[in-house]
Amino acid sequence: MLSLEGLLQFVLSGLQVTVMITVVSLCIALMVGLLVGCARLSRHLAVRWPAVVFVEVFRGTSELVQLFWAFYALPILTGYQLSPIAAACIVLGLNQGSYISEIVRSAMLAVPRAQREAVVALNLPVLTAFRRIILPQAIPRMLPPLGNQAIDLLKATSIVSMVTVADMTFRAQQIRTLTGQTLESFGIILALYFALSSIIGFGVKLCERRFAIGPGSSESGRSKVRVAA
Amino acid sequence: MTWDWSYAASLLPDLLHGLVVTVQVTLLASALAIVLGIGMAVTWHLRVTVLSPLLLGFARVVRGTPLLVQLYIIFFLLPDVMPALSPTTSAVLGLGLNYSCYMAEAVRAGLAGVPVGQWEVATALNLPPRKMWTRIILPEMIAPTLPVIGNYINSMFKISALVSAISVVDVFNAATIAGNSTYRYLEPFTMVGLLYLTVSIPVTILLRLAENRVAQRQGSHAA
Repeated sequence: MLSLEGLLQFVLSGLQVTVMITVVSLCIALMVGLLVGCARLSRHLAVRWPAVVFVEVFRGTSELVQLFWAFYALPILTGYQLSPIAAACIVLGLNQGSYISEIVRSAMLAVPRAQREAVVALNLPVLTAFRRIILPQAIPRMLPPLGNQAIDLLKATSIVSMVTVADMTFRAQQIRTLTGQTLESFGIILALYFALSSIIGFGVKLCERRFAIGPGSSESGRSKVRVAA
Repeated sequence: MTWDWSYAASLLPDLLHGLVVTVQVTLLASALAIVLGIGMAVTWHLRVTVLSPLLLGFARVVRGTPLLVQLYIIFFLLPDVMPALSPTTSAVLGLGLNYSCYMAEAVRAGLAGVPVGQWEVATALNLPPRKMWTRIILPEMIAPTLPVIGNYINSMFKISALVSAISVVDVFNAATIAGNSTYRYLEPFTMVGLLYLTVSIPVTILLRLAENRVAQRQGSHAA
């Protein structure tokens, strides 16, 4: 039997791994999502179609299957074995990236047409237009669904325990098999997961205030857009 | 080592059997989730004292924690306080409870989407509550809510692979077992991915069609 202190110590070492994987995969997912989301809006078939296939494959199969495929099947094809943590971050990043690309795409489409016409009329370079005009208007629309996706990602990290990564869920399972303290260990990680997802939810609320535009938003938000435009 | 077609073909019967289990678990859990979700949404709507806030808290915790952990709790912890459930029953219960909290949100949104005028009409006509719900409110909210529910069932189908962690032999577990006995993982895991795709892509296309139809109908209502 472990004391409460011992249990906490054990679980907290897993907490670090869970947080690390969540942060790294989220960064990968945001980059992939932005790239693929924009690629799907491209006029060129050669750019659009690979993006569509990517999204359908990653959204159409189970995350668990993708993780096991990367961990067990990919080395057979390529002869290169990814470490469990690397495989976890890459798979979670690509999988969540495919969902985020849909969020990005619909937010971009929701930017009023006149804005895109204005960009052309002003003869702005494509990248400047994207960074200064289109993206700032798309971000407020993206944030609420992105927050849900980030919480989804946090919850999905628990599957890495099935490829021997020692995250919180893995630690709780270890305690269960070693000492049988199932109630204590799972109670603690349940509370910790809930705390983490509440923190993400709170952080997204703050971001929403920061990036808000239009009536009702804070003065700083409006002035930022004025500078941007 | 490369792809071996005869090995792949020999796996197919086991995998298809597992796919049937996956579909069964998904459908049963969906039914449970829909029933519980409607119950939860109606409880919220009626603002039942104690029960409503309690369910609200429950839904928040369930949506903020991983399904895998919830499945472990149901499978390993419940037997301490009640007779043990079979792995499949635990899986259906876990998936069903988890998704009921999402379904409840979908139903709540559907209820909120029913125009105020419809409620007023029901009151003005002095309809008994039963008739009001079955004749006015439910028919109004079913069309916009169904695609949302369908999307949740589609995502449940994919995430149900997690039930292999509590020893249900679903399609994913069938692939793992095959791989573990031969140490050849390329074929089983590739095929299991393709099997998921063959089910989920047609379902996704159907759902998109349904969504478009609902959007069109609402458009014509507005016009």
